[in-house]
Amino acid sequence: MAGHRKSKIETKALNLYYGDFHALGDVTAEIPERAITAIIGPSGCGKSSLLRLFNRMNDLIPGVRVEGNAFLDAMPIYGKNTDVVQLRKRIGMVFQKPNVFPMSINENIVIGPKSHGIKDKADLNAITERCLTQVALWHEVKDILRKPALELSSGQQQRLCIARALSVDPEVILMDESCSALDPESTMKIEALMLELAKQYTIIIVTHNMEQAIRVSDISAFMMIDDEKIGRLVEFSATSDMFSNPKDKRTEDYITGRFG
Amino acid sequence: MRITARNAEKTAKILIWTIALMVIAVLIFIIIFILYRGLPVINWNFLTEIPRRSGREGGIASPIIGTLSVTALAVLIAMPFGVGTAFYLAEYTKGGIITRIIRFCTESLAGIPSIIYGLFGFIFFLDVLGLGWSILSGGLTVAIMILPTLIRTAEESIRSVPKSYREVSFSLGGTKWQTIRKAVVPSAIRGIANGIILSVGRCVAETAALIMTAGYELIMPRSVFDSSRSLAVHFYTLVMDGISERNAYGTAAVLIILVFFINVVANMLINRFVAKGR
Repeated sequence: MAGHRKSKIETKALNLYYGDFHALGDVTAEIPERAITAIIGPSGCGKSSLLRLFNRMNDLIPGVRVEGNAFLDAMPIYGKNTDVVQLRKRIGMVFQKPNVFPMSINENIVIGPKSHGIKDKADLNAITERCLTQVALWHEVKDILRKPALELSSGQQQRLCIARALSVDPEVILMDESCSALDPESTMKIEALMLELAKQYTIIIVTHNMEQAIRVSDISAFMMIDDEKIGRLVEFSATSDMFSNPKDKRTEDYITGRFG
Repeated sequence: MRITARNAEKTAKILIWTIALMVIAVLIFIIIFILYRGLPVINWNFLTEIPRRSGREGGIASPIIGTLSVTALAVLIAMPFGVGTAFYLAEYTKGGIITRIIRFCTESLAGIPSIIYGLFGFIFFLDVLGLGWSILSGGLTVAIMILPTLIRTAEESIRSVPKSYREVSFSLGGTKWQTIRKAVVPSAIRGIANGIILSVGRCVAETAALIMTAGYELIMPRSVFDSSRSLAVHFYTLVMDGISERNAYGTAAVLIILVFFINVVANMLINRFVAKGR
């Protein structure tokens, strides 16, 4: 495991319940700073659920209950005094489908900063330029910032979504299968972008695509449901180790394509 | 002839086209018929004079003002309550007992004939509150009457806003209110506005409830506390009391043109101010 890196998010015996359904059981992991951690595993093993625990997106679902805790730089994510708004500002998210707002390109970027109280036009313009440059979209769209974002290609839209996530200066970026709705060329661009962004941000991705995990991630987390259908973290190690020398039999079966 | 997929396809197409054309034909026939009989009656004097001799002579200026003021009042009163309730139902509750009560009430209210609202208005606003036959009584009664439509259409358009918009807004650290204001309202507002236009149409056309609450008065109303006959009531009286069929058609034509005009203007306003950039 990449032990030289400081951990950014730590989970301690994290359990998630949807009503009576025990979705995640005792997930304990240390997610390193400024690296890409890939959560892999078969469908329905709780990958997205785990991802959405970090920025408390699961809160939006009625009947959700969390036991155990996770920490962002030692700050409890599930605590009585946790400011969820502030937490989500620090942990940004990119979703599976490019879900731009039906607004102009510029408005899509500034909506976040505006809600955090930035009003000055020049500041907002600077944020737009910075974020779009970070996702290598600036030169493609700088002359059409007032055009509807929905007129962009889906690959461009997804990069716009990443730029939008960057607009509120997060420290962590969660990506929930963010390439699965894109063509191979756009996927390559996003992957290149992830590697670039990992120099500055902590990135956690959920992916169905093991090739992608190998290509971009430093750390891999392999999840699977156990006999009671509870999602468990089976193996958590450097990606190169996991794919060359899996320690758990289930990991080996999965990565060699015996199921999933 | 054997029923093959191809034949069925053809038959279905012809059938659906025929039905649609028949419906459109009936609607167009009614409109043309009324305009054909009514338009010759309409002139400047008809629009600007108040009715004389119970409407045998003169124009319909006071019923036009009566209709417009009852409608404006009703929509202004009902809008905040209707839209507010819709947001409460769609965004703030998770299907508890209160939600079920509200939903049951609105559904029941939607199915009640307007004369019952009229009776309620007559008893409550005229008698209990002592407002008398007035634009205010009429406006309040019709406001209650259009609430279910407003709530239903607004709630549906709020619910039809993709969940992903809310997720994105929350993921950027937006509060609930910011999420509603910035991510939900812009997408829902067209549907909400359509519900309001629909309600305006109902107000303009309302007859039974207004006979009992706004009254029959033909002189020009000076305030919302004055009684005023609405266009639809005027039309009804002209025909049913055999006063003037000619002027009845003139009034009906004005009513149709008014509804058409309100729809066009409202849609223009929505496109101009609400739906920009999408």
